[in-house]
Amino acid sequence: MKIKVRLFATLRENRGKELELSLQDKATPEDVIQELEIAKSDVAILLVNGRDGDFSQELRESDVVSIFPPVGGG
Amino acid sequence: MNGYAGKILRINLSDHTYKTEELDKDKALKYIGGRGLGSRIMAEEVPPTVDAFDPENKVIIATGPLTGTPTPAGGRYMVVTKSPLTGTIASSNSGGFWGSELKFAGYDLLILEGKSPKPVNIFIEDDKITFKDAAHVWGKIVSETTSILAEEAPDKAKILCIGPGGENLSKISAVMNDINRAAGRSGVGAVVGSKNLKAIVVKGSSKPTIADSEKLKEVVKESRGKLKDNGVTGQGLPTYGTAVLVNIINEGGVFPTNNFQTTYFDKAENISGEHLAENFLIKRESCFACPIACGRYTKADEVEGGGPEYETIWAFGAACGVDDMKSVIKANFWCNEMGLDTISAGVTIAAAMELYQRGKITDADIDDGLSLKWGAGESLVEWVKKMGRRDGLIGDKMAEGSYRMATHFGMPEVAMAVKKQELPAYDPRGIRGQGLQYATSNRGGCHVRGYLISPEILGLPQKLDRFAIDGKAEWVKIFQDLTAFIDSAGLCLFTSFAIDGEGYANLTNAVLGTDFTQEDILEAGDRIWNLERDYNLKAGIDPSQDTLPKRLLKDPIPDGPSKGNVTRLEEMLPKYYEIRGWSEKGIPKAETLEKLGV
Ligand code: SF4
Repeated sequence: MKIKVRLFATLRENRGKELELSLQDKATPEDVIQELEIAKSDVAILLVNGRDGDFSQELRESDVVSIFPPVGGG
Repeated sequence: MNGYAGKILRINLSDHTYKTEELDKDKALKYIGGRGLGSRIMAEEVPPTVDAFDPENKVIIATGPLTGTPTPAGGRYMVVTKSPLTGTIASSNSGGFWGSELKFAGYDLLILEGKSPKPVNIFIEDDKITFKDAAHVWGKIVSETTSILAEEAPDKAKILCIGPGGENLSKISAVMNDINRAAGRSGVGAVVGSKNLKAIVVKGSSKPTIADSEKLKEVVKESRGKLKDNGVTGQGLPTYGTAVLVNIINEGGVFPTNNFQTTYFDKAENISGEHLAENFLIKRESCFACPIACGRYTKADEVEGGGPEYETIWAFGAACGVDDMKSVIKANFWCNEMGLDTISAGVTIAAAMELYQRGKITDADIDDGLSLKWGAGESLVEWVKKMGRRDGLIGDKMAEGSYRMATHFGMPEVAMAVKKQELPAYDPRGIRGQGLQYATSNRGGCHVRGYLISPEILGLPQKLDRFAIDGKAEWVKIFQDLTAFIDSAGLCLFTSFAIDGEGYANLTNAVLGTDFTQEDILEAGDRIWNLERDYNLKAGIDPSQDTLPKRLLKDPIPDGPSKGNVTRLEEMLPKYYEIRGWSEKGIPKAETLEKLGV
């Protein structure tokens, strides 16, 4: 299946802003960060289709995964 | 007296006299200082029903006991007065270096009374107070005023002033200090303007005494460590400033766009913190004794200055459908120069754009070839200047804020405001606790009376489901109470991402020699909250105003990740009143006020 990954702030360095990944069925956000070599401890906020996501949830075709490092407040 | 300077400077602007008074220590410890003590003095001295521009209204400029001490981010002061925008008690907070300098001059609070017959500046150099004619700076923008007065002032003096916005009694005008720091909200600048006061220049030479210096060193080290280790205060804010929120709030589909008509801005990347850092950032800036240094200093073409903050980027950006960062930076710059609140200014322009969209404002009403079409970034600067100078029909109406402007044009419902104050940059339909907080904030639409974004979006101190209702009333109360304490102590609210109630108690105790617990701190906040509520009720602010614009209550979010949601305020409000110890109608019960000693 294909999913979209959006990266923000420092996570963009050497990776880019938006990527399309081909993953095996039942892949999870945990697989996504492994693939992108992002440490779990660097992920402060994980969204799947704009909603709070879970590292172990099963992703579906054309899901959008957004990953943020620790960010500021306003 | 440790921490406190121990003195109040009372200034009568009507006859240019002044006197110093001893600070009442018991009262100070009960209401802490800053926002709390300022509000207490308002309650004692200013009738709640007074018109904001009546000389009987007072402006209390209040530091907290930690202002000017080595506590991290302890450089804040508050401007407390009756607001011309909301009719509530106002207290607007600012950083920079002015507040700590006032403490160094030997004062905890300034109480400004009456009205000067002519524009005047006040110079304070320790116990030397001078009134000087301000004719030569009246009408001048903030940076110009500041450089002219710096020439007349002692070396390294700090300068607070209003811009044309405050002089022209714009109800959304700010008090500015150190050129680009603003006590922004609720029109406090206009109250200063109504008193014909342009600027206060201050220079001080003594540091506040500390009860236990060794202990303070230890707890400051510990708190600085926590601020450094925390992802938000140690990495996020220093690297990107507040602007990094643009993308996260937008990704969650709660980034109000086109005056809250939608909540996902497809061009958000162009006004993001990442884009700002890559293309416009020149340097970082910090306030007094602050290790976080979240301030930005940016340049776009001929314009160079402090900011823009997240809220400002949103207000001039997505709220107006604008995706041109240069226009946003310039509008922010001119807001500071005019001495206007950037949130209210941007949201008021957004409301004007909606009035134009709906045919309530027509081309015949608009002069100088300006545009009120969605996305008209090129017109923002001129609208800001017109607002500050009350220039033309639209400029004059904009200076009144969105609610009065929209009412004038026959469509008050387009004002995205609570208690007539413009809402900030988070759509409460998808962040329910924040919605309850907006509705109950004692100064109207505001995110910094309780920043529920922290648990509901950022996951600090723990992640809450942003769509849940249960438990939100309790979270809102704790956040409001803790914030009231922080605002009163003289600290920056951003420290609360990393420091908890106990941490604040430790810092306060080391400076003051008190033995406050975390519970005492929250109780002081609760007391301050109830005092403000009581003042507002006496001022005629009915609890029916604890609400949100109809759009946020009734119209579901039309698309994006938070699609289909409304705020569900009515399901949270009764619980909130109950845990506050208020009646079902939202009136503090006698026993609640008595228990808190209000
Ligand atoms: S965190 Fe930012 S706003 Fe707060 S005191 Fe530090 S620099 Fe100023």
